[in-house]
Amino acid sequence: MENNSSVVLQSEKVGVLHLYINMIRKFYKSILALAVVVSISLGNATAQDSTSAASAAPAAGAGGDVAKGEGLFKNNCAQCHAVTAEVVVGPGLAGIEERRDYAWLKKWINNPMGVIGSGDKYANELYAKYNKTQMTAFGAFGDDEVKAILAYVKSAAAPKVEGPVDPNKVTQPAETGGGKFINVILISLLVIMALVLVALLGILQLLNRLSGGESLESSASFGEKLKASFKNIAANKTVRSAIVWAFILLATKATFDGMYGIGVHQGYAPKQPIAFSHKLHAGEMKINCAYCHTGVYKGKQSGIPSANICMNCHNAIKRESPEIQKIYSAIESNKPIEWVRVHNLPDLAYFNHAQHTNVGGLECKNCHGEIEKMEVVQQRSSLTMGWCIDCHRKSEVNGKDNGYYTKLMEAHSLVSKGAMKVQDNGGLECAKCHY
Amino acid sequence: MENTNKKYWKGVEELKNDIGFVKNANREFNLDDIETVEPTHRRDFLKVLGFSMAAVSLAACDAPVRKAIPYLNKPESVEPGIPNWYASTYAEGGDYCSILVKTREGRPVKIEGNKLSSVTKGAVSARVHASVLSLYDNEKLKAPKKGSSDIKWEDLDKEVIAALSKGGNIRIVSNTILSPTTKKVVADFIAKYPSAKHVTYDANSSYAIVQANETSFGQAIIPSYDFSKASVIVGINADFLGTWIAPNTFAGQWAETRKVSSAKGGKRTMSRHFQFETGLTITGASADYRGMIKPSQEGTLVLALYNKVAAALGGKVVGGAAIEVQNLDKCAKDLIAAKGSALVVSGSNDLAVQTIVNALNSLLGSYGSTIDLGTPINYRQGNDAEMTAFINEVKAGQINTAIFLSNPVYDHARGTELGDALSKVATSISFADRADETASKCKYIAPAPHYLESWNDAEPRKGFFSLTQPTISLIFNTRQAQSSLLTWAGLNADYQAYLKSNWTKNILSGKSWVQALHDGVYEPGAGTAASSANFGGNIDVAAGEIAKTKGSGIEVSIYESVAIGTGLQANNPWLQEMPDPISKVTWENVIAVSQKTATEQGIAQGDWAKVTVAGKSIELPVLIQPGQANGTISIALGYGRTAAGKSGNTGENVYPWISNGKYWASDAKIEKTKDGYTLPQTQTHSTVMGRTAVVQESVLGEYVNNVKAGRFEPKIETSEGEKSPYQITLWNGHEKKNHSWGMVIDLNSCTGCGSCLVSCQAENNVAVVGKAEVARAREMHWIRIDRYYSSEMTHDEALAEKGIIGGFQALEVAAENPEVVFQPMMCQHCSNAPCETVCPVLATTHSSEGLNQMTYNRCIGTRYCANNCPYKVRRFNWFKYFENDNFDFNMNNDLGRMVLNPDVTVRSRGVIEKCSMCVQRIQAGKLTAKKERRRPVDGEIQTACSQSCPTNAITFGDMLDPESQISKVLEVEKEGRAFNVLEEINVKPQMSYLVKIRNKDGVVKAAKAEKKEEHHS
Repeated sequence: MENNSSVVLQSEKVGVLHLYINMIRKFYKSILALAVVVSISLGNATAQDSTSAASAAPAAGAGGDVAKGEGLFKNNCAQCHAVTAEVVVGPGLAGIEERRDYAWLKKWINNPMGVIGSGDKYANELYAKYNKTQMTAFGAFGDDEVKAILAYVKSAAAPKVEGPVDPNKVTQPAETGGGKFINVILISLLVIMALVLVALLGILQLLNRLSGGESLESSASFGEKLKASFKNIAANKTVRSAIVWAFILLATKATFDGMYGIGVHQGYAPKQPIAFSHKLHAGEMKINCAYCHTGVYKGKQSGIPSANICMNCHNAIKRESPEIQKIYSAIESNKPIEWVRVHNLPDLAYFNHAQHTNVGGLECKNCHGEIEKMEVVQQRSSLTMGWCIDCHRKSEVNGKDNGYYTKLMEAHSLVSKGAMKVQDNGGLECAKCHY
Repeated sequence: MENTNKKYWKGVEELKNDIGFVKNANREFNLDDIETVEPTHRRDFLKVLGFSMAAVSLAACDAPVRKAIPYLNKPESVEPGIPNWYASTYAEGGDYCSILVKTREGRPVKIEGNKLSSVTKGAVSARVHASVLSLYDNEKLKAPKKGSSDIKWEDLDKEVIAALSKGGNIRIVSNTILSPTTKKVVADFIAKYPSAKHVTYDANSSYAIVQANETSFGQAIIPSYDFSKASVIVGINADFLGTWIAPNTFAGQWAETRKVSSAKGGKRTMSRHFQFETGLTITGASADYRGMIKPSQEGTLVLALYNKVAAALGGKVVGGAAIEVQNLDKCAKDLIAAKGSALVVSGSNDLAVQTIVNALNSLLGSYGSTIDLGTPINYRQGNDAEMTAFINEVKAGQINTAIFLSNPVYDHARGTELGDALSKVATSISFADRADETASKCKYIAPAPHYLESWNDAEPRKGFFSLTQPTISLIFNTRQAQSSLLTWAGLNADYQAYLKSNWTKNILSGKSWVQALHDGVYEPGAGTAASSANFGGNIDVAAGEIAKTKGSGIEVSIYESVAIGTGLQANNPWLQEMPDPISKVTWENVIAVSQKTATEQGIAQGDWAKVTVAGKSIELPVLIQPGQANGTISIALGYGRTAAGKSGNTGENVYPWISNGKYWASDAKIEKTKDGYTLPQTQTHSTVMGRTAVVQESVLGEYVNNVKAGRFEPKIETSEGEKSPYQITLWNGHEKKNHSWGMVIDLNSCTGCGSCLVSCQAENNVAVVGKAEVARAREMHWIRIDRYYSSEMTHDEALAEKGIIGGFQALEVAAENPEVVFQPMMCQHCSNAPCETVCPVLATTHSSEGLNQMTYNRCIGTRYCANNCPYKVRRFNWFKYFENDNFDFNMNNDLGRMVLNPDVTVRSRGVIEKCSMCVQRIQAGKLTAKKERRRPVDGEIQTACSQSCPTNAITFGDMLDPESQISKVLEVEKEGRAFNVLEEINVKPQMSYLVKIRNKDGVVKAAKAEKKEEHHS
């Protein structure tokens, strides 16, 4: 329970900070708005072109749904295949439909070992070429799925056409980009202001001396004067009490800040029993997160992959590596691997991945940071209640094409001009996370 | 209550204004033992404060090292965090239920009903709900035993086979076995050892019914009953809604005939239900007319009823003693009128009584309509004669090997004799899961796993099959009894394979095994027409036997209680703490006695008394039970176990009082031994603070003409005239845009069975607090079932007729056979919630979906909310109930904690908790819908209580969805039976209740008195 109280306080603190941040944001935004106006006027012509190109794209997909194909491909195929000619684990798929006909591909995807077993020459050569690495069978894929994947491969392999900007995805990077730019301006402004101040002070001093009729050579030395003025200041009651108060206030603030930090483990990056590198797997190999974290779109937990998922690839790749050998010995001794949990929510908080990823359409990195660049995973976000609430206040409900939200969005648009935020749909209520 | 001007009371204490009751009535919390604690001194307080601050900061500085341990090889079907459901079957001691088991990460956590079964239709009783906790009982045996030492399975098998090969008489003793495949295993075993014989008995025997059907119709069976087809139902000491044979099935059928609708042209007919009984049961409580008889009068009553009906319908009239029982003539009259759709059932285990019942049903044309001899039910197959013979054989030293699948030393009348003689049996083996009363006297214990770890099947009714499949791998080193028997018979011990092959060969007739396993049921017998037969019994002989049955002195009725039953699951703390539906007593059995008899015997509530029957004495607390027949006492079976475990060894055992299959005894001597005892009884806790219009009821005669009959509609005087309380408000209300969750509870169908209570406990991790804490009114149940007594004698009427003193006396007399109303009461999720306004830390707030939310981590335990709650549904955690040796129940050991629902927080000390309307299920249901890009479908989201109700009394749903069941019911009943409890205080609950309607003739005499003074209550 002690943790909780700090969580609660944290949220209030964040609330206060928000006031300031919001003020600054407003300022940013006005500048941003200017920038947007300029960029829109510049980019108008191209945008119109790209819209027509994008709407034409699905038609090129030969009856397959490119968007559906993309999802399927990223979740099931991307671990081993690239849409280009690049070899990842298996062959690159660019131009696959020119190489093999549809019927063969369908059969192969449904049951690769069956095709190899049937003595198909191409299949056996392929098998031999890729070190007899078995491809996972996707028996459940029907025509729709296979066509969708092929359509996606075709469209993705084709030279990129700039699509229309997806408002959901791009707003955030744009904002941060804008923020950086404004920071530079602000800092330079500050530097200029500081220089002006120094210059002004110099002029003031000069004017003082001139007006006082003093000679330019002073009688007392600079050091003595300074000493005297310090003495004067120290003797001044107001100044003394001001300093004491300032000290007390600062100390209090430091104490409170320290206490707010209790139980917050931002940056926590424990050493794991196996030196698994997300940088390698998620970054360089571009393996989709859901390939290993199988529950992330389905349930509460994203899930830590079981050893059999590792073995899908590592029964062929880097078997000798001492780290991989640890997985082998775990399997042989029938002892599961005890990973150290990085993201720990208190038991009293209920969090569900599917709600955020599947329904809300958030990217993993929104909360977990740039995992693909982390050699050792660390907790990027604070995971405090304030952090959760903050996002629920700001985020829009991802209600597009979701029958659950259709009527709610309509009703919302009648009473409010702004987009429906998570908080407008009860996202700040206690029993959404505590029960 | 104002509307009918009836007097309602919750217990005798309230009616009599008992000192203890009055003292506690206006207090939220019993603080007796808290006040005696030494006050904390300032310095100690500061020390503790300082220490805890330091501890907190130290503890919080380090990041907690918590492990995340994935599967080594994740099964494809398991996704951590997502439950898997398996269809299975509960079949213990002849009780049956087709169920769905919810498992999380490979462990069963909750049981729900299987709606695919046409036998139980998704009904689940409290005992079945609680059985998931029995799985995680850490007092079970962890390995096979020889005497008190461990033995390896191989060694045990070798020794047992050696003993069996020696020959001699072998007996397999069991309760009713519903499983056809298990019976085949037993047959295979007998084929291998021809000297073996299978003896079946039932702890609560219905052997007389089997015998009577053999003599009457030549079929030694129990026919299937269909209460839904009956327009007049008569129960004679047969608690068919609570415990008699198959209450799961019967309650649902009965409730079908009790539903009425206020819609235009809606159903306004009900079955009429008469109940004649000794103690007050939930069946008697739900009856329209109830009469009280002594157990010795069962026969005389049945015979009198038969003669009255026979005289009118032209049957053979036989002689019988005269009997004066309330409502008997009316019952006969209604039965005659309902010929062809009547049903008479008796719980008697007396052949003569059951023969007359058969004759009566035959005369009424019930066979082929409400009774079906063609598809018999198999719930009770015990043969009392064979069991008696077996015990005699053991005593005579004629048995060489005895194999027990049940616990007869405890649950048979002659158990003690059997236990003492067991040493004469050379090899005795028990399959018990613990060293129970029988097993501890056996040479070997070959522990069998719980049914949730086992393969099995069941045939509850001819042609209706169901399968049991394991939902968890074996917890301990146990082996199914069937596998053991197969091993000892020298066959392949793989029972799963045996079961499958038996089903494919003999049962499925070509249908898919996988489909049957998926559905849990396979019902080739469904849809056959009910068959009848001509009565061929001898009623003269039966009447002669009945004439010989005489009771004398104080008679004792020995009955099965709804929660504990025959004592099979006695070590289940959920069941022990479940209040008895009528007496509301927990954790022990009591001597139930009427006020009049108690006065005569010089005993009172709060006393302990010693009851002696035929030289056997027990000592138990006394309970004054309105509705108990005078000159009788009732004591429940299933208690007084000595080797059940920590929770189960409570109360006293009355099995030894059963003689010759007779579940009653004469000439009981009662002596008061001590007084000043507080019963662990929940009913008079949490009173409604003098507020009156809580339950509302009427009779069918009035309801037919006026759908608002019995409704109390409070009016508030304002300057603009009378207004309904909802029209004048200080509140702004809460806007509900998305959902508005609510419930409608039909008081007409609620039988008070307590299934919802245990279901809620399982779903919401509600703590067990133990007997002492219940006695202090600190039970934690989120839903309670309030039981109100009332009588037709109204307050004003009594005073007018008899004067002040005489009037009150008349009221007390009326209390002898009261009417009973059950009202499930949980958080009403008020839209103008009084609790929310008084919480100083905003720990209880309102959601945009109509829920009153309780945030444990914000709660600081002021208990203001509980004080301000008009319904008294908030519970305070006086202690930390988990990992606390003072509360040594399931939450105090790792195994027991496996039953906890991972989606619900376990509450710690010092916080308030209450019904959340199963918000975790609402959230999960909404998420499923969102993932599928659609709105939730009505019925997809169910609360634990609404899902488990065997009579569908609770309807849960979204009141903003016009297509939902709840919206439709409220649409119809808004101007009919629907009411909010305590409407006059304008808290606008999300829960509505439907007025209880009794199928009585005539019009309630209720003087519609002025109710002005009530408005400010």
